[in-house]
Amino acid sequence: MHFFLEPGFFSNAPVRTALLLGAVVAAVSAVVGVITVVRSQSFAGHALTDVATAGGSGAYYLGVGALWGFLGGSLAGAGAMELIGVQRVRRRDLATGIVLGAATGLSALFLYLDTTVKATTGATQQILFGSIFSVSSSTIPYVAIFGGLVVLMMAIMRRPLLLTSLSSEIASSQGVRVRMVGVLFMFCLAVSVGLSSIAIGSILSTALLIGPAATALRVARSIAAATFLAIGLGIISTWLGILLAYDSFYWDPSSQGLPVSFFIVAICFVFYVFSGIALSRRRAQETRRPVATDSALSAEGR
Amino acid sequence: MFTGFMVNAWQVGTIVAVVAGVVGFFVVLRGAAFPAHAIPNGAFAGAAGANLIGLNPLLGLGVFSALAALGIGGLGKRGRPDVATALALVLMLALGAAFLSQSTQYEPEIYSLLFGEILGVSSTQILPTLLLGLASVLAIAVLYRRLLLTSLLPDVAASKGVDPYRVDVMFLLVVGLATTMTVPVVGALLIFSLMIGPPAAARTLTSRPGAALWLSVSFSLLTIWIAIAASYQTNWPVGFYVGVISAAWYLAARTYVRTQSFLVLRRRVI
Repeated sequence: MHFFLEPGFFSNAPVRTALLLGAVVAAVSAVVGVITVVRSQSFAGHALTDVATAGGSGAYYLGVGALWGFLGGSLAGAGAMELIGVQRVRRRDLATGIVLGAATGLSALFLYLDTTVKATTGATQQILFGSIFSVSSSTIPYVAIFGGLVVLMMAIMRRPLLLTSLSSEIASSQGVRVRMVGVLFMFCLAVSVGLSSIAIGSILSTALLIGPAATALRVARSIAAATFLAIGLGIISTWLGILLAYDSFYWDPSSQGLPVSFFIVAICFVFYVFSGIALSRRRAQETRRPVATDSALSAEGR
Repeated sequence: MFTGFMVNAWQVGTIVAVVAGVVGFFVVLRGAAFPAHAIPNGAFAGAAGANLIGLNPLLGLGVFSALAALGIGGLGKRGRPDVATALALVLMLALGAAFLSQSTQYEPEIYSLLFGEILGVSSTQILPTLLLGLASVLAIAVLYRRLLLTSLLPDVAASKGVDPYRVDVMFLLVVGLATTMTVPVVGALLIFSLMIGPPAAARTLTSRPGAALWLSVSFSLLTIWIAIAASYQTNWPVGFYVGVISAAWYLAARTYVRTQSFLVLRRRVI
């Protein structure tokens, strides 16, 4: 057992914080992620992490709380994408790209100012890569509250959201305000990404937003089932990744251990690849009628 | 400003701008903004890895940008393309984080790989940059008709027997090639800005591919020249200027087109 679970795992305070925080962030990301994948907005979901990072590094320079920097940056970025024209599918990636490009420019400036003017080392790596082990436990209540709000909003909006994501024509014929729903979803996405960027770093933010959701959508037969499956997969990946990262300190006494992000991403990726195999196997067998998930689409011979 | 080490910066900057303008034009045309962001970022991990085992970072950049291009193409064929890009990107970034955790890399080096160090370019870097840049432009010239066909007239391309998937992978490889040469100079994050803003502005102003391509290269050249000059004067990072000016081109172009069509409309009404 010691081989798998190194001593002191559960009695270590940073590890307990990480397990709790990781689970909350993974669950919120999964809920938002399923819709992000269905709406093909992965690029926006990823770009917002970099935009949030620009906000975070700006806040660091100004001496404002990092959490507000990340959240503010992410929301401002989502607003800018929306203004430039995210709602038109053809222009969407371009608008995302323009905002992302400008934001990375700002990051370059703020990080430069952080490291030269404030003479702090470690800021670049800390802000860019983040680490779940270094989050202060005072961030957790904020993450829980904002995360809960996002999940609540998604739950309230789930019908119009799903309708607009699948067909904006049908949705508007049913009296749904498509643009409004899109804006509200971008708002949820921005808050969720802002939170996860500060809590677990930008790499993991994208990985947990897209990985479990894309995997679940390939396997599950309805959006609801996919959401629950994605939450489960996200939490399992996070916990297993934290465990392995903790263990990795013991693998080789001379090494410094491997980062959590590496393990969590690897696990998410393995799940995704396996779901692809499961999907192609089912594609060969089945002809059931489906709703909207990838597994459903495959039955129609996509 | 035009002597000493600055000469290298102007030369390398000019090469990078031409390549970014040409390759970026097709990035915008094909809606490949996400892969164009993912490949340079993933390549950054390769540089970190090469550093760790003591190889030339250029080799690491090359291998990882090729892997990124093939990975995005391969995964994208069997699933949603944007999901494939996102997962390929985070996988490589995670590898990069793992490499960095094992090395005792000095922080400014990480910063310069991400955000570029154009003012610190040495004269030995000019020749490799020029050769890789020529190779990228040449590859685009060879693929030119196929790229245009598959982007603008997919039906015609299909009837002529052009395989869109193969063109896509080849194009991503060209993006990877352009990345390999530009990352050490302008950084992983900023080559993306340069490949999106100026070409998007050009596309907004004209729909003729030839004219847009020239405009794109011109805007991109102006961007980097202004950025180098401003960075030299203010000492602020060149990446900041590249990022902000690139986005400004697009906004200016959109505003121009809007006011033009508004004026036309008003003239008609009156």
